[in-house]
Amino acid sequence: MTLAGWFTIVLFVVILTALAVPLGTYMARVYRGERVFLTPILGGPERLLHRVLRVDAGRGQDWKSYAKSLLVFSLAGWLALYVILRTQNAFFVPHALNPLGYRSAPWNVTFNTVSSFVTNTNWQFYSGETTMSYLSQMIGLTVQNWLSAGVGIIVAVALVRGIVSRSGDSVGNFWQDLVRTILYVLAPLSVLAALVLVSQGVIQNFSSYLTAHTITGLTQSIAMGPAASQLAIKMLGTNGGGFFNVNSAHPFENPTAFTNFFEMLLVLSIPAALVFMYGRMAGNRRQGHAIYGTMMVMFLGAVIVAYVAEAHGSPAQHAAGLHTHVIAGSTGGNMEGKEQRFGIAGSALFDVVTTVTSCGAVNSAIESFTGIGGAVPFANLSASETIFGGVGTGLYSILLYVLLAVFIGGLMVGRTPEWLGKKLEAREIKLAGLGILITPLAALFATALAVATRSGRASISALGKGPQGFSETFYAYLSQANNNGSAFAGYAGFIQPVAGNRGAHGVTFADLLGGLVMLFARFAPILFALAVAGALAGKRVTPAGLGTMRTDNTTFVVLLIGVIILVGALTFFPALLLGPVVQGLTGHLY
Amino acid sequence: MRRDIVSSLIGIVVLTILLGLVYPLVITGVGQVAFPGNANGQKVYVNGKLVGSKLIGQSFARPVLDKQGKAKQVEGELVTEPDARYFQSRPSATEGGAYNAAASTFSNRGPNDKATEEADAENIKAYLELERPYDPSLTIAQIPVDAVNTSASNLDPEISPANARIQAHRVAAKRELSLPVVDRLVSKYTDSRGLGFSGEVGVNVLELNLALDRTAAGSR
Repeated sequence: MTLAGWFTIVLFVVILTALAVPLGTYMARVYRGERVFLTPILGGPERLLHRVLRVDAGRGQDWKSYAKSLLVFSLAGWLALYVILRTQNAFFVPHALNPLGYRSAPWNVTFNTVSSFVTNTNWQFYSGETTMSYLSQMIGLTVQNWLSAGVGIIVAVALVRGIVSRSGDSVGNFWQDLVRTILYVLAPLSVLAALVLVSQGVIQNFSSYLTAHTITGLTQSIAMGPAASQLAIKMLGTNGGGFFNVNSAHPFENPTAFTNFFEMLLVLSIPAALVFMYGRMAGNRRQGHAIYGTMMVMFLGAVIVAYVAEAHGSPAQHAAGLHTHVIAGSTGGNMEGKEQRFGIAGSALFDVVTTVTSCGAVNSAIESFTGIGGAVPFANLSASETIFGGVGTGLYSILLYVLLAVFIGGLMVGRTPEWLGKKLEAREIKLAGLGILITPLAALFATALAVATRSGRASISALGKGPQGFSETFYAYLSQANNNGSAFAGYAGFIQPVAGNRGAHGVTFADLLGGLVMLFARFAPILFALAVAGALAGKRVTPAGLGTMRTDNTTFVVLLIGVIILVGALTFFPALLLGPVVQGLTGHLY
Repeated sequence: MRRDIVSSLIGIVVLTILLGLVYPLVITGVGQVAFPGNANGQKVYVNGKLVGSKLIGQSFARPVLDKQGKAKQVEGELVTEPDARYFQSRPSATEGGAYNAAASTFSNRGPNDKATEEADAENIKAYLELERPYDPSLTIAQIPVDAVNTSASNLDPEISPANARIQAHRVAAKRELSLPVVDRLVSKYTDSRGLGFSGEVGVNVLELNLALDRTAAGSR
């Protein structure tokens, strides 16, 4: 551990907060339909898109109608992406957009990939530079990076509207919200971010792969492509699917320590801003601050544990005789699967940033993290996206937990639970409870199925190597259920003997189970969140009395953290013990 | 329902054009005009020949020649040995030979895995064999972790300054340069931390090796 490492972490939190507050205010104005500084430029395109899409933007939708639009739109996106990926080497695709003539991946891998990008997961069984054409990356994967992020954000907006609504049962208009999110929030930030990234060395071109002749007489082939445009929205939309196989560890995706810092800010900016937006829209900014505080406490805890554990080094290193303390000119620590330019702190922080959100980008190999260091992403995923979470997903997930915490608090003091002046009744609590339990249920059920069957074991690379094999499997389904997409990358669902997919085949069991888990754990909680929005929208607001439990003070923050940890621990503790905890407690090698 | 289907279908087509074609092409256009070097991967040329990218690590091993002077191959793969005149990059385990930048891969070596220990022990042994003849006081405790562990991308363009300082002994001896001359070059190609605080200090191996070649040529 170094002073510079700790300083990086502190400065990151400060800059993040400084960015998120104004962005949250801006987003609150956007979703309330107020004028913002971009209205003069974007108002025209917005109206034009409404006309082209034939939407009646003024029409409010109740939660069922909103959900129906969302599901139909997502299904259309799913089908379009499937067709694009399966025809990437068809005759009508220009050579320049598939310069290496890559074939399509098989149906089962494509099913997994499509489900993954439509659900904002970006779990990748394929490897970008050996599987996907430039065209597939652009019109297929990049587009869903935008759309799935947009869908996530507006579900959170709809839920907030339901919570603060004073009358009627409208939670907004799906199409209007979607267009606004893309035009006013994602587009300006994404264009700006992409240009910053190109200026720092992230590549953006359509060249064929390079062949270099090195000074020692070897040849090196170097993958190229339009990476920056996809990378910007991949981080900003907490998608996380790398242009290249090794994601944000690839020097062309993350060339310097500055881009590493910048990319982490991109990941957390919208999830953090949404929390402040919630406070604004609720008419009490302290409501947002309480949630931000809750998230930040858990976030910092995770960062500290990960940094300390990774700086300590791994049992395998020590057994080999390697010394892992800091020496002059070297970071020390567990540098297996880490890049020199990020070091231990930059890797640990990035790991936490992308696993508390549903981003899932990686700049270091999680499979090579130490037992305890690797337990951190597990714990983050076990918190079910309540620590910032994915864009939108994070806010609606934690709001469901807030509802549960208010209910539990109400039981403790023996009063009818109230939240922002609305009485909480059986219906909302049931819906929130179900919404909270879907993700863990999907993760645990799929893991159990995968470790108990022969077909599931086919994917494990650390088979027979003690707890690591279980960790790989558990992480795979936990990550897919949380729509995260990061991986203990040894878990395989695609066998690709040579680049370009000649003779490649998928592992049907892992592909299908993973795909179904992602779809279920994305859309079921969305429906529950929207149903809660609908149930709350029509409720009458009564002024807070003396006995009302406040949801904007430190006591509530403590209660909320307790509820989140309790639910996560009760659900996941047994499974966590079998994998990372065992590894963290032993120096034994398998 | 029908309205939703119509809007969805039009929406997917229109948004695919806007976000999947217009957006990447605009970024490409601006990037190619404003930052052509960076947008194209910071290629490095020597005498007009492409020798690599500044950002992508590469192997500084040379092909082993057989008796006829041809590059030796075993099962289609080139046999190589470290070129002792150059600084060596971190170990790399990409498929199809080290530093294959057409197929980046994680090594996925577990923290409690015997295979990880074996790979580490092997790399330690190789490092000592290569460096100790030129730096007799070198002990296992001084070997920096980055010289033994594979990176995340397996394409790491950098090594730690500690690693470079040890290798400097060998490079200086092989090139008949004085150690301070080589050390100065190492310092020159050591990047500072991003923004002065973030990330780690590292030495770009390709740039350093090219600088060495220029120095040797000049001093001859």
